Order: sequence, then C-alpha cells, then structure tokens
Amino acid sequence: MSTPLLQVEDLRVRFSTDDGIVHAVDGISYTVDTGQTLGIVGESGSGKTVSSLTTLGLTRAKNTTIEGRILFEGRDLVTLSDDELRKIRGNEIAMIFQDPLSSLHPFYKVGAQLSEAVLTHRSVGKSAARARSVELLELVGIPDPQKRVDQFPHEFSGGMRQRVMIAMALANEPKLLIADEPTTALDVTVQAQILGLLEDLQRRLGMAIIVITHDLGVVAEITDHIAVMYAGRIVERAPTEAIFGSPQHPYTWGLLRSIPRLDTPRDEELVPISGRPPSLIQRPSGCHFHPRCPYVREAHKRIDPRLEPVTGDPGHFAACLLETDVRSRIWRALQAGEDPASLRHLVVEDQQPMRAHATHRLASQEEL
Amino acid sequence: MDEAPATGTNAISTNGSALIEVRNLVKYFPITQGIVFQKQIGAVKAVDDISFDVKRGETLGIVGETGCGKSTTARLLVRLLDPTSGTILFEGQDIAAAKKEDLKALHREAQMVFQDPYSSLNPRKTVGSIIADPFVIHGLLKESGARRKRVQELMDRVGLNPEHYNRFPHEFSGGQRQRIGVARAIALEPKLLVADEPVSALDVSIQAQVLNLLRGLQREMGLTLIFIAHDLSVVRHMCDRVAVMYLGKVVEIASSEDLYSFPRHPYTGALLSAVPVPSPTGGRRERQLLTGDVPSPANPPKACRFHTRCFKAQSICSEDDPPLEYKGTRTMAACHFPLTEAEVKLRLPAALTAGRNGSGNARGAAGVIADQPPSSSSSSST
Repeated sequence: MSTPLLQVEDLRVRFSTDDGIVHAVDGISYTVDTGQTLGIVGESGSGKTVSSLTTLGLTRAKNTTIEGRILFEGRDLVTLSDDELRKIRGNEIAMIFQDPLSSLHPFYKVGAQLSEAVLTHRSVGKSAARARSVELLELVGIPDPQKRVDQFPHEFSGGMRQRVMIAMALANEPKLLIADEPTTALDVTVQAQILGLLEDLQRRLGMAIIVITHDLGVVAEITDHIAVMYAGRIVERAPTEAIFGSPQHPYTWGLLRSIPRLDTPRDEELVPISGRPPSLIQRPSGCHFHPRCPYVREAHKRIDPRLEPVTGDPGHFAACLLETDVRSRIWRALQAGEDPASLRHLVVEDQQPMRAHATHRLASQEEL
Repeated sequence: MDEAPATGTNAISTNGSALIEVRNLVKYFPITQGIVFQKQIGAVKAVDDISFDVKRGETLGIVGETGCGKSTTARLLVRLLDPTSGTILFEGQDIAAAKKEDLKALHREAQMVFQDPYSSLNPRKTVGSIIADPFVIHGLLKESGARRKRVQELMDRVGLNPEHYNRFPHEFSGGQRQRIGVARAIALEPKLLVADEPVSALDVSIQAQVLNLLRGLQREMGLTLIFIAHDLSVVRHMCDRVAVMYLGKVVEIASSEDLYSFPRHPYTGALLSAVPVPSPTGGRRERQLLTGDVPSPANPPKACRFHTRCFKAQSICSEDDPPLEYKGTRTMAACHFPLTEAEVKLRLPAALTAGRNGSGNARGAAGVIADQPPSSSSSSST
C-alpha cells in the first residue's frame, strides 16, 4: 500500500483565550489519496475549518498550540518552518474560501491577483503570468477571459467570483485542494455549476479535494469519503455510501433526520437535534454528544468514546458507546419513521432502567 | 399582459377564501444620477406585475434565486415598502396605498420574521422588552404585570425559558434569537406571518427546531404563513402552495405536490434539478445545469425573461411575453413551451417523480377553473 497524499494523525489545536482554552480540534486523524474527495461535515464551531487551516499553517499564532502530525507526501507540515510552508501553500496545497467577495482584493484587477498567485511560486515573466491567468479563467469556464482578466472583482457575479477563486487556487496545479464551504454563499443553480466544475477539474487534473461543508446534499454529490465532526472530534468516518446507507453515530442520524429532503414524503416530520452545540472551552464530560443524545446511558456521561472500527465493516469508524447491534436496530427504526424518544427502550441501561423495563412488563401483564 | 389573471374568478387558486389578493403589483427602485440635481436614469425592476392570492390558513412559499424579488414581495405585503403600482387586498381592503396611520392597524394583523436573528434584535434591549414592544406600540396591556405575564407566556410558547426575561439578545444562540423574533411577531396574534428566510442563518441541527415551531404555531393559531426561502427542500416541507419567481415575475405557481412532481416551467425544472439530494444513490438521471447568471433586473431580457438561459427557447420567447396561465394541469406557468413528462423525468431526482403515473393532464383541471387545454401546438413543436 502506498502512502496517502495527506495523512493527518491525532491532530490537536488549542487556542488560549481570555475565557479559557478553546479545544478547537481534539485528536483527529484522516487520510486523503490522490484523485479522491473527502468531505468534512459539521456545524459551526465543530472544528472543521480550523483543522484544514492548520494544514496550511494558517492557525499558527502565539496563543495556539498544535500537536500531532500532518504528513503531506511524507513531510510533516506541523514541524516545517514558516518559509518552507509558504512554498507549499498555494503551490502544492491550495484553498478556496467560503466568501468569494471578501477573499478577493477589491482594488486589484482579477488578472493581477491571478498573476500574483503564479509569480509567487514560479520564476516566469509578467506576460507569461498574464497568459496563464487567461488560461486559468478559461479553465474554470469564465466566458471571454481576455476581457475579464482586466476587470475588477465587483464586475463579477457571486458565482463568477467563486470561479475566480478556484482559478487562483489552481494556478500552480496543486496536488491537494481544500474547499471550505465553497458553495454556501451561492444559489442552488450556481452551486450546481460550481460542484460540477470541481468534479470536472478533479477528473482532468487528478488532484485530491477536501470539501468542508454543513450541507449533506453537497457531500453526497461529490465525495468518496466523509468525516463527521462534532465538538472538535471526528465522530464518524466512512465511505460516502456507508454514511448515508448505514450511519452509526446518533449525531449523524440527527443530521440526516433533521433536514427536509426532496426524496422523502413531504409531510414527514423533521426530528430536530435538541439543545445546541457545546462550548469548546467547557466541554461536556464523557461522550461530548451526550447532552443532546436521545440514547444516552448513565455510563456515557463518564466514558469518553474512541473512534473505533464498526464490527463487520472495517472501513467504517464511529465513536459511540452503543453496541453495534443496538445501533443498527435504532437506525432501522428511525428509517421506519419512529420518533427517537420512543426508542429509548432499545438502549437497555445497565441496572436501573432494566428494572424499569421489567416493571413495565409486569404492569402490562397485570393489565391482561 | 391583458391575460394576466387580474380578474377575480380566474384567480390563482382561490374561491373567495383569500386573505390576501395581490393584483399587478409593481415595485421599481429608481437608479439616479447626479448629486444636487438627481435625475432618474433607470429603474431596478424588483417586482414587475405579479398577481397571486393567499388563502386563509395556508402556507405559501416563494422561491427563487438571489435578486428575483422574493424579499421585496414580502416587504410589500406587510407594507414595509411602498408599491410603485398595483393593489394588495388584505381581507378585502386595499393596503397598497394605505397611509401611515392606517398601516398601524395592518401591522396588528400582519407581522414579519426576518432572516438574520443577529441584526433584527436591538442589542441594547432585554428580551422581555423586545417582545413587549408590539404591546407598547399598539397601546395594549398597559398594566405592567399583565404585560409581563403575557410576554412570559409567549416566551414559553416559542420554547424559551420565561425566566430569561431580563437577558439581552447576545446571551442567546442563533436559534434562540430566531425564537425571540417569532415571539415578537406572534405577540399581537396576527392573521398573517411573513417569514423571510427564517432559517438560512441557522445551523442545520437548529433549522428543524425553528421549522417545527413555525408549523406548530400555524396549526395552533390558524396563521396564514408566507414562507420565503431559497432552499427548495425546506419550502417543499413547509408549504401548501409555492410560487416560483424569476427576475421580478412569478413564472409558476402550484400546490407543492404538483410543483415538485411535475414542474411545468423550465426554470422550475432547472431549480429542482440543481438541488443536491443527500443520498449518493437516489440522484437524478441527468442534471440540467443553467448556464450563466441571472440577468440584471435593471435591464431584464425582453418578453419571456428566462429565454436567455432556457434550453427550450425559440424565437417567439424573445418576442412575446407568455402570460401566467393554467397549463392543462392545476399548475399555472408562464411559458410558451412547458416541460413535458419525459423531460421532467429525466431531470428530477427519481424519488420526486416516482409517485406519478399517467400524464399530467389526467390529474389536473379538477374543479377550480374552466379548463384551458394545454397549448398542444406549442408543446408538440419541440
């Protein structure tokens, strides 16, 4: 087995602030291979953006502690100096940011900004860089690139600006492209265009892509693998089909059941995840998801689950203390439209609720 | 333009049970030049001659891309903006030209929930006084104990802890703030609630909480809800009927079932085709991608505004503006060449069209209107 393009091992990122230490990323591991797309899914504050910014060295600061390893083609990016990292950033690893309006400089022409990306890493002349800019605009499907290259960002629409951002990221033919919420600010029709463009570019250029998003629809369309993050950790990681086919973590179930979708009956009730995302300064004890989990046992409030392979499915990892057979029973019931609250009986507690269960049965016998 | 359904009976699905009747509503925002002597050099045609009805107790969705005029429409309906022309009948009374004094009475009946829960609440006021504001403005519940009791009831109803009466907005999360906005909007027990992108600023796990709250309130209070969103899955879940807007025009209006299983306007088809479905297998057969961007509403294309991006467009589309009319089914669409069954099947996620059998005409045209046969000449000519 060859080494993967990017291998993140037990990455931890902490920020010390006036309010306390923020555990933004808390021991995550994943790999991405050339030509593959990984989706990182989570809510705001789950650490999905921080983990990828750290890959590019963009979280380095006095108040930041970074532990773990980020191996890119065998080199550990965490230990590289700022100068060495600068040679990789924008060259071998590039990033697309969420908001194309604020990511482009309003004073400079699009061509100048694209040329800068080229000139930073290549020793070519200005005219060659400009020619490359035109070529890049054409690559991302901007009509009339000869003219557009001399225009300012405000003359581009939202979707076109995101195309410019993608063009800039591709300037040096990166091996890894990180797209942070690439379509969140865009309309569905434009989103479909951009996703199609990313897929097409990946086929032609053969790069690896990491897509960071909260939109399960987006990841279903373009990813090969998915990592679901919650409170700074990966709580489930699996091939895309497995995440949607047999999800294992209660948080993933919650995400899947709480969004209205076009492929389910219209009047199906949404099942929200109760509560709100936890603070990353004072994290819940035990399993971080336990305050919002409908299937919590007393023990789960003390024991911290590890990301472990799911029994019988070696490529599928989940950090959940429920047994695999209990989980699959719950997921089947959820798919049949049952309310999470009514499924508590499937989670047999170690002692007390056992008794509750027994008395319940006694009561029903008495009724008979 | 004459065929536009401006006359009562051929209305956009109502038999006198309408809470709101909108007829030929227009809103232009002037574009001016000059500093001292301003002269108008053009207009952004945000809403350009739209007509529709909203029935009592129903949820009407308005969808469309950025800049299609859906938020302007919402603001016109509660008269936060002054229409350029047209009429808005609210319970039979024309509010389009109502004066400021009369608007106060309207705002007891029609309230709004805004998109951004961060900027729509005054950060310097406590939650209690934000929710009590409607009572202050309308001079109700003057006795402070009674007012406080009512505010706490409202907080409890929308799922906030009534003890947090004295807290400030910044102490609440996004979802809770949106609940504050909802509590403020229902304080006067309005008949109409206009929600403009109420969940788009919220995290996915929180969205469902607010959507369920709105649905529950509607059921309990018999509210009429106008729900504006760009997320077509959310609109399908929430709404009984849906109006699709493109560049200031309503291009299609139909019940949710009909619109999502058999869209007639190519633009609706393209929107539905673009929605990502969170299932790696249940996708569509072919994706119809719209090319290019929405043209500027200051200078929209002539005749059918969608013809510049439409895959079915022919020369007539750039010459003759198609009226919004019944296309054989219960769906009204403004199109010369509505989508056919085969085209729909090809583009939509399989799950949406699965429930349908037979042609669209078979189920349509029941009751409501004198049937207009679908323009067979035009659909066969493609």
